[in-house]
Amino acid sequence: MKREPTGQPQLLIYRRDLGSENKMGVADIAFYIFAICAVTGGLFTVVAKNPVHSVLWLILAFLSSAGLFVLLGAEFVAMLLVIVYVGAVAVLFMFVVMMIDVDFAELRGQMAKYMPIAGLIGVVLLLELAMVFGVWEVSEGAEAARAAVAPDAGQVHNTAALGQLIYDQYIYLFQAAGLILLVAMIGAIVLTLRHRTGVKRQNVMAQMHRDPAKSLEVIDVKPGQGL
Amino acid sequence: MIGIENYLAVGAALFVIGIFGIFLNRKNVIIILMSIELMLLSVNINLVAFSAFAGDLVGQVFTIFVLTVAAAEAAIGLAILVVFFRNRGTIDVEDVNVMKG
Repeated sequence: MKREPTGQPQLLIYRRDLGSENKMGVADIAFYIFAICAVTGGLFTVVAKNPVHSVLWLILAFLSSAGLFVLLGAEFVAMLLVIVYVGAVAVLFMFVVMMIDVDFAELRGQMAKYMPIAGLIGVVLLLELAMVFGVWEVSEGAEAARAAVAPDAGQVHNTAALGQLIYDQYIYLFQAAGLILLVAMIGAIVLTLRHRTGVKRQNVMAQMHRDPAKSLEVIDVKPGQGL
Repeated sequence: MIGIENYLAVGAALFVIGIFGIFLNRKNVIIILMSIELMLLSVNINLVAFSAFAGDLVGQVFTIFVLTVAAAEAAIGLAILVVFFRNRGTIDVEDVNVMKG
């Protein structure tokens, strides 16, 4: 179901005004705060000494990115990020970090050795991305090539519009995503399940199929002799 | 005024930090997995930024699928990590040589 945008047919691409024109509005300040928090969180995730601190910095990066998504008008994805990443993935990381008993200081010891090559690769990649930044431009046919034009935010909520799209056009992909989650869940359980020997368990089927005639035995004990 | 370039810059910075983290923490698999999550997050920022500025909702749909796959990948990766630690007693990447690859 395609919904044509209302209002004048201006080129939406590259021109949408999320903040005020001249002075710094609240949205601009919020963007800079969220952006700085996201990048700082990401940086300290990879350089922190303690892996627990790493997970906490990662949570900061995720929350700040959720803020950026809200600023972009993608509320549903922002809430999904908070629920899935902060609520599930980060907690999973935290569990594993606390569960395994590794001397992390020893693993951290050789960080200085890898610093030059890591810094070199980072700088080269950053330069490449900056060069791409300098020359890219929006194609003339970009507006016509849109697959699902976003409805006016004042009329249809972001979540409702996404739901109409996912449950209509992308239903098979949505089911495939569910299948991926199912396979991941079964895989994680199968990988980590282990049967310890010497642990007593209840066997329900064996209990149900017990025969009273076989399990009970009446012994006539003669007095004075015992068994 | 905040344009699409600002959001793309944040995405690019997070992606570079993710790659930097993978090379910096060559021994610690947990931090490497976190770096991969950071890179997937930066891709999501790019997708949502283009989706918002171009007025095309498909970018956000794709973000949801990337999120799903990232969650599945984290679950499987951490399960493999736990099994590996149980068998070998370490999470050092250089000790991952059971299959003699």
